[in-house]
Amino acid sequence: MSESAIKISNLTKRFDDITAVDDLSLEIGWGELFGILGPNGAGKSTTVNVLSTLLEPSEGSATVDDHDVVFDPEGVREVIGVCPQEPAYYPHLTGKENIILMGDMHLVPKDVLDERFRTLVEKMDMEDHIDRLAKKYSGGMIRRISMLMALISDPKIALLDEPTVAMDPKSRRAVWEFIRELKEKGKTVILTTHYMEEAQELCDRVAIIDEGSLIELGAPKELMKKHQAKNLEEVFLKLTGKKLREGV
Amino acid sequence: MMTREPAVLFMLIIFPLAMTFVFGLAFGGIGGGGTTSFDIGLLNQDVTSPQAEWSQSFVGNLTSSEVFVIHDFDDNITGQAALLQGNLDAFIVIPEGFGVSIESYYGSPFDPSAWSNSTIGLYVDSGSMMAVSAVPSLVQQALLRSIFGEAAVAVGLPVEIGSPALVESSTLTQWDFMAPGIFAFAAIFMTMIVAQSMTVERDEGLLRRLRTTPASSADYMLGHTVSYMIIAVIQVTLVLAAAYLIGYRPSTGIAGIGFTFLISLAFSLVSVGFGLISATLSKSADTSTGISFAFIMPQLFFGTFMPLGGGLEFFANLMPSKHITDAITTLFLRGAPITATVIWVELAIISVVGFLLIAVGIFLFRRQGTR
Repeated sequence: MSESAIKISNLTKRFDDITAVDDLSLEIGWGELFGILGPNGAGKSTTVNVLSTLLEPSEGSATVDDHDVVFDPEGVREVIGVCPQEPAYYPHLTGKENIILMGDMHLVPKDVLDERFRTLVEKMDMEDHIDRLAKKYSGGMIRRISMLMALISDPKIALLDEPTVAMDPKSRRAVWEFIRELKEKGKTVILTTHYMEEAQELCDRVAIIDEGSLIELGAPKELMKKHQAKNLEEVFLKLTGKKLREGV
Repeated sequence: MMTREPAVLFMLIIFPLAMTFVFGLAFGGIGGGGTTSFDIGLLNQDVTSPQAEWSQSFVGNLTSSEVFVIHDFDDNITGQAALLQGNLDAFIVIPEGFGVSIESYYGSPFDPSAWSNSTIGLYVDSGSMMAVSAVPSLVQQALLRSIFGEAAVAVGLPVEIGSPALVESSTLTQWDFMAPGIFAFAAIFMTMIVAQSMTVERDEGLLRRLRTTPASSADYMLGHTVSYMIIAVIQVTLVLAAAYLIGYRPSTGIAGIGFTFLISLAFSLVSVGFGLISATLSKSADTSTGISFAFIMPQLFFGTFMPLGGGLEFFANLMPSKHITDAITTLFLRGAPITATVIWVELAIISVVGFLLIAVGIFLFRRQGTR
């Protein structure tokens, strides 16, 4: 096993004349639940897209379990599970079929897949709905299905991009519980969110980024203490002079 | 999944089946494949002369044929009008002096200058391919039988013209000519479905999601292609079954049917390839339908059962659908054996074009990325 689960070095990603990520460097350890915080457009999803091999860096590098995202994307894809910000699913398949399809894409053996599927669905409390067509699910249910699609391969590293957006509080709590269990199982979880309370509740460490740049890095409690703030929202306000949700 | 998308189910399964039934019933009829009959209008102007028995004999020979249904007319104008309105396949006018002509022949069989010539008016519906090709020959036969009798028609000659097609064509319906085109017709619409599904998967972020898995682009494309090949097999099975149900009996055996499946599989590659290219050219799923029709329509009009001729044949030969239709026509209509070189050449053409189109489609689709 490599020293770090993820290592990002001087990563810059530009789209024409827009710099989405600017000289970002991070190192994330194994088993860590790491939050990337920032308003919409801060560069969180772009960072996740680079880590999941969907985008190539303009400058700098990134490795996932020692696999370079540019030179060894196949190696990266074997160890990650990605829950994208916009839940992508086949509407004419059932929830179960969508999840199993992703397991097949990861070449999970059938018996393992069936067992893992049952366990995940039970934990996510989706047993009663899993055989319905995905197009008939509510937004919150789709997000939960999308998360199960990301985790059915039992990845070493889970990349969860805004997994609780637009969820009702109850569903969000259920997902939080699920994420905690991932960490307890020793998984490395990268969670992007613009909900500060979510990061505060779940993450071992957070990176706060704004306009593509890293502006603070540390454990939530340490950051609050350092900036004499009651919560991460206030930390962000003190660092940037603006409320986090202004950018939302 | 197809059964959960009514539009896809309709285009890929219901539509080809409906086409088979509609065209089969319209141009062949239930239990078709039997004898075709032609509605013939008849104006006999030689009924009162002393030699009228000759015209009556000719009418009798026309009527006794199972091929002609004779409708008597009292004047030329009404008969011609019926022909123009499509109520008749042909209109025959037996002239006054018809019997005299035959009598004059028998008076001096070796002296044409002594004959009293007359001309039978034969007007055929130019809108009916079958009538144009079959009626004149059949009328000629009835005429020869009237002049020389049954024995004369069957007289042995040292040289004979091999024309089995004359006999065969009289038992074929228009549907027999069209049926081979239905197989291409069914598969052509796969292009639209492929284009739509690919653009939806791209626009909805599914391709991006799949790209984060170990499955490669080639795996993904192969999966799609194989699934559409399975659909092609289902289409061929259903179209064959439906055609058989309404009486269609192709002039080929099990090997020929097997070849039909084989060439349809190859043709599905063509449709998938065009679908991929359409998806690449489309900015959204909505526009993909329109763009895919740029590939569908020429193949429909130039390559299936639409009648073509002259310079259009050149364009037709550029259409992959023309080659599958030709191969199946050769088997089903002409009864060529499975060893006939021409059908394997057609299969080779379709296969090469199919693989090329798939390769171009994959290249363009990958180059475009997942947006």
